[in-house]
Order: sequence, then structure tokens, then C-alpha cells
Amino acid sequence: MPDLLDIRNLRIEATSYPPGEAPRDVVLVDDVSVSVAKGKVLGLIGESGAGKSTIGLSAMAYGRGGVRLTGGEILLNGRNIRLADPAALRALRGREVTYVAQSAAAAFNPAKRLMEQVIETSLTHGLMSRADAEKRAVMLFGKLGLPNPETFGTRYPHQVSGGQLQRAMTAMALCPKPDLVIFDEPTTALDVTTQIDVLAAIKEAIHDTGVAALYITHDLAVVAQVADDILVLRHGKKVEYGPTAQIITDPHQDYTRALVSVRSIDHVEKPEAPPVLSIQNVTARYRGTNFDVLKNVTVDLPAGQTLAVVGESGSGKSTLARAITGLLPPSQGRITFAGRELSRDLQSRSRDDLRELQMIYQMADTAMNPRQTVGTIIGRPLEFYFGMTGDEKRIRVQELLDEIEMGKGYIDRYPAELSGGQKQRVCIARALAAKPKLIICDEVTSALDPLVADGILKLLLNLQAQEHVAYLFITHDLATVKAIADRIAVMYRGQVVRYGSKTDVLTPPFDDYTDLLLSSVPEMQLGWLEQVLAHRKMESAGN
Amino acid sequence: MKMPLSALIGLVLTGIFLFCAVFAQLIAPYPLDAVTGGVWEGPSEAHWLGTDTIGRDILSRLIHGGQITIFVALASSLISFGLGSFLGFLAAVRGGWIDQGLSRLVDLMMAIPSLIIALVVLSVLPINLTVLILVMGLLDSTRVFRLSRAVAMDIAVMDYVEAAKLRGEGQSWIIFREILPNALSPLVAEFGLRFIFAVLFISTLSFLGLGIQPPLADWGGMVKENKDGLIYGKSAALMPALAIALLAISVNLVADWILSRTTSLKGGRGA
Repeated sequence: MPDLLDIRNLRIEATSYPPGEAPRDVVLVDDVSVSVAKGKVLGLIGESGAGKSTIGLSAMAYGRGGVRLTGGEILLNGRNIRLADPAALRALRGREVTYVAQSAAAAFNPAKRLMEQVIETSLTHGLMSRADAEKRAVMLFGKLGLPNPETFGTRYPHQVSGGQLQRAMTAMALCPKPDLVIFDEPTTALDVTTQIDVLAAIKEAIHDTGVAALYITHDLAVVAQVADDILVLRHGKKVEYGPTAQIITDPHQDYTRALVSVRSIDHVEKPEAPPVLSIQNVTARYRGTNFDVLKNVTVDLPAGQTLAVVGESGSGKSTLARAITGLLPPSQGRITFAGRELSRDLQSRSRDDLRELQMIYQMADTAMNPRQTVGTIIGRPLEFYFGMTGDEKRIRVQELLDEIEMGKGYIDRYPAELSGGQKQRVCIARALAAKPKLIICDEVTSALDPLVADGILKLLLNLQAQEHVAYLFITHDLATVKAIADRIAVMYRGQVVRYGSKTDVLTPPFDDYTDLLLSSVPEMQLGWLEQVLAHRKMESAGN
Repeated sequence: MKMPLSALIGLVLTGIFLFCAVFAQLIAPYPLDAVTGGVWEGPSEAHWLGTDTIGRDILSRLIHGGQITIFVALASSLISFGLGSFLGFLAAVRGGWIDQGLSRLVDLMMAIPSLIIALVVLSVLPINLTVLILVMGLLDSTRVFRLSRAVAMDIAVMDYVEAAKLRGEGQSWIIFREILPNALSPLVAEFGLRFIFAVLFISTLSFLGLGIQPPLADWGGMVKENKDGLIYGKSAALMPALAIALLAISVNLVADWILSRTTSLKGGRGA
């Protein structure tokens, strides 16, 4: 029997319009061949720009924004759909192939009830009657573990959580009984604790409905749980293609090996030391609300060490950073920094307080003024705090660039001319330029590809060893925590539920939340998902 | 980047208008108020566009009038942009009661049609160029205030502005170094549009007799002087009207081009 989807020597091109130059064609995907049999799952993995989404969408002969499918064959159920006419494609999309987007929140129409949207494709293609479609949707809601499947469809998108919305979108994709579903990073935007549920729901739904799937992600540990085969991509070319077990346990290519071992920085925690930052009983709320987003938070950060603050979104991690920096003056509690008590709000802090406490943001893109050169961005703190000008400043900027391993030729560039990792490095250099005692790192690696993130973490560790700077490292990624932290504070709903040295926090016995959090982090091994779920089921049966 | 044809036409025409305005005294074939022919003569060798209601050369008056019209419009747009964008940025950065106070004041001014305010104010004050420019600039600055406040609001919540605040930067660095460069492109495009509105506004005022006063000439005033000729099928009144339309279109073409260029470069370096 021929495969359901058989892509042969696919070539995808687009036209790029670099400012100030003539337009030219760029090859996005070059000579990729891959096939998916009925009921199987193929994982597409690679860093951003690797062409994984482009290949995924080509399975329904769709090119996003001017992307052209210029060569090769895309055989779906034996027909080549690469050059199919629009009418044929309309008939095929939503019937034979459906799509699950990364951000369910952006993909749903906020003005319509979920049921309307979930069954829409089935109705427009005339696949089933409204009653049948609704019955099937309810069945899928139940299968995907959504609460109250009968009434779930009557809600609006804003009335359900992000994880539920992602599952609703999966139901939408499965409703018209397609042969193939394309999952485009369906769990990337979710918290780990939510991700595991969605992942399990998707896996079960794929299994029960016998649908084939393309699963696109940048997280190898996630794809290892659902995929039968994995295609590793880089720069639009195939790096390695094989069964999941082989890719995980016996990768043949260096790049794949790097991906598999990406989370293995060995960091030994440092011994106790006097604190540079001491937060005592801090409580804070946003103006105009009567809800405390931080409740009685007490943590210490030893000089020259790293305190990791972990928790899911909404747990108050970033609010803690805002309280420390003075952007959100706490309503109660004291913050002591470098032996001095910090005043609550930003305006009344001394210049030294400001200088010694620096911050690095999650999105390096928005953290740098796009109209300033790298030299201005890094040079401004030098000028502002130390009065450096002219050559002295330029030499120091270059020194800082060397420290962040960027070297010459970057000083006159604009942020738009840097890669994601380089941007984050420039932000680090800007923070270092002030000679701080403490840098608050707010999810600094979350927006980066795993290998790039790895490089940034190593850089931060090196800089800590050289400059003896302390980090308050806010993250939701426990692998990062293990790689970098000396002390850990686990936050949940505005409170610190667990705090101590890394070994203490990560050694059982755990409290319920820390246990849930730790066990939800995908591990690079086959069958991890089943193990965790079986373990959880046993525990809940035991209670 | 390649310039579209429409922008090229706009640039060339705008350039010609500006050139004529700057060198009006050298280019114009006759002085501003010299009577050189009969009443409402048609186009001829001596008078390319004919003569007006008392026999003055229309082309010469168009060139001289263009100088006044463009000068007044430009000066009042500059005032409205200087004032409007600074206050708009300030309101966005400071927020709180400064923002409330300024915004409500602007709401109040915009609630009354600007032509009516202008007519009332100008009927009280002595009419000269300075007063005209100031009144027009002030009235128009309310629109610029709204735009620049909205643009700056988006920019003020960016992390790089927060980073500057955390560094301890003062208000003026944040406004002029962090926000202004990023707000410049929409403001420049808006400047083109506002300039055209100013041309129309001064022409309207002059047509109503409250704008530029004789012996100075401007386009609106010229339409007014010659409007009776339309009854007798004389085209004299159409010439200044045509000039206004042509200037409006050509500046708009340029503004459109700038706007489309800058939106595609959002977040990038830009021009």
C-alpha cells in the first residue's frame, strides 16, 4: 500500500527583499524527501528558520506569504498536489488534511462559540449533518479530556484556559475525519504542567482515531513522546531522518547529537555565602486591584551566585522582578541590596542602586531600541554611569563585545542586523557595562532555539565566574534551572512554595506542586510520557 | 529600494512648487500687483495664464501667492508638530494627571470645529501673518497631539524604554532619544498630510476674507477675487484652485510613499 503522504525531493523558494538591494530568490527547503504512512506520526524538528513549518504546510500544498513550492512531488493519497488548482486544494484542505496552529488564542474567532468553530469545516465540506458533527465534536471533547464535553462547545474562546483552547483546536482538526493532521508547535506556548496534559490528549486522540500526523516542534524531548519517525532539519535541508528510537539513542549526525545532549550543562552549586539581595516578606499588588500578586515572599540571593525563580505563567515570577527593580513598589516588606535597604520606588533610588542592579529581558528584540547601534546601546550605560566618552568609551564597548564572544565588526550594526542569540548577547553586554552586582534575567533563554540558549547559559556562567555577579534567574524551564542555579525558589500563585539550595529543592520528598512541576518536564527518552501518566494514575488511585 | 512612479511624480511636482516659492521674486514675469493687461484676458504670449479681475498677470500672482501660501502652511505645520508632538510624547511618558489634563484640553478644543474657532479668534485679533500662523499652528497641534500620544504610548511600553527608566535616564533622554527616533516615520508622513490641510485651511480663511490681506496675495484670496469671472465663463478663478489641488496631490503622493516605506520597515532601521 502506498504511503498516505509521500514528499519527494521537495524544493521551496521565496523572494526576499533586502533593504537597499535587488530582490532575490532564496531557497527555503532543498531536496527534502519524507513519507508518512496511515496512522503514523512524523516529527519535524529543527531550530527557527529550519523550514519545518514550511514543509508542514506544504503537505496541504500551502505556501505562507509568497512562498512557492517550486520542485519535487507532494503525493497525498497517491495524487501529486503540488500544482493542484485552487478548487482541488479547497476540496482537500479541511477534508483530507487539517492544521493545528501554535497559538490557539490567536487562531480562534473570539466572537463565536467554540462549537460553531469546531464543526465549521465539517459543515462547509458537507461531510456530515450539523447534529452528527456536534455529536462527533462532543465525543472528541471527551476524548481530549476537556471538562463537561456536552456543554464545553457553548463557551467562548476567552472562557477557557490556554491548554483547553489548544485541545479544542485539536478537536477542530480531528472533527472532519481527516487522513492527516499537521500539528505546528501545539504545546510550545503552554506551561510545562499544561503541556503534558495536552500532549497526552493529542497522543491518545491520534491513536484512537487512527489519523496520521505531522508534528512540528523545536523540542526533541516533546516530539520523542509522540512521533514514530523523526526528520531533523537545518537551514531547509535534511540532517537526519529515522525512527524515533534511533534518533534519540543513536544519532548519526553531529547536529542531532548536539540537539540530544543540549540540556546537559553540569553546574555544581556553590557553598553558602552572605546575601547580596535579601527579600523579606514582600507583598505587592497592581494599582487599582485588590489582589496580592506577591504574598509574603522571602528569599535570599548570595553574592556571585544564581537564584532561580521557577513557576508557571501567572505565578508572580516577573512581578517579583518588578518589585525588586522598583517598577512596582511593594505594599509591604523590605528589600535589602548590597547592605543597603532599597527604597520602594524607582524615582527615589540612588544612581549606584540603579547601576548595581541590572536587568535582561526575555525578548531581546524589544529590549533594544531599533534605531540605536550596538555601540550606542552598550555605550550609553558607560557614558551615563561612568562619564566615558569618545575613544575611551569605544574601546570599552569593544572589550565588552569581546567578553560576550562577538568580536569586531558589530559595534556599528543595528539590532535588526543581528541574530536572535546575538541580540541577547548585546543585552547581556549592556547589563555588564554598568558593572552590576546583580542581574535580573527574566526568561532570557525562553525565546531562543535550544542550541543558542545553551550558548547563552554557558556565557552567563562564564561571566559569573569572571565578574562575580549574582543572577536572579526567572524561568519556567526546569532544565535551565538545573543547568545554572545555586539556589531555587519555586513560586505558585504569588507565594514561594519551596526554597533552598538546588540539591535540597530537587531532592524528594516534594510538596505536591513541585512534584507536579518536576515530573512534567519532558525527558529525552522513549515512553517517558506513559511512565509519568501511569505514575500519576497510581498515585491518585492510592489517595 | 526602488521608488514607485507615483512617488517620483509627487517628488518632482513638490520640488517645482517649493522652487517657485523660494525664488518667486526672480521667476515671476511681473511684479505682484502690476496691472499689465485688460480685465480677464485669456492666455496669451505675454500672459501665459491670462489676467485677473483688474488686469494683473495670473501666473505672476500664482507664483507670489504660492510663496505666501506655502510659507504660512509650512510655518504653522512646524509649530503644530513641535508643540503637538512634544506634548503628546510627554503625556504618553508621564501619564497620570498630566496626560489627563492635556488630553481633556485637546478633546475640548477638538469638540469645536476648528474653522469656527479660527473665525472667532481672527475676528477679534488683528490679522497679520504671525497671528495667522500661530492660530493655525495651535489649532492643528491638537491633531498632532493625538497621533503622537498614540504612537508614543505604543513605544513607551517597550522593554527598551523600561530599560532606560531603570538606568535612571531623565525625561528628555527618554522622549528625544528613545521615543522620537521610533515615532519619526509616522510623524513625517503625517506632516505631509497636515501640511496639505494647512494649505486648504489658509486658503479657506483667505477666501472668506479673514486670511491673507491685500496687497499680499495667496491662492485662496485669488479664488475669491476672481470668482465672479466664473459667471462670464472666465477661467481665472480656476487657476489658483488648480494649483491648490496639484500641490495637495503631489505632497500626498510623497507622504503615501514615506508611510508605505516606513510601515514595511517597522522595527527595522528605516530611513
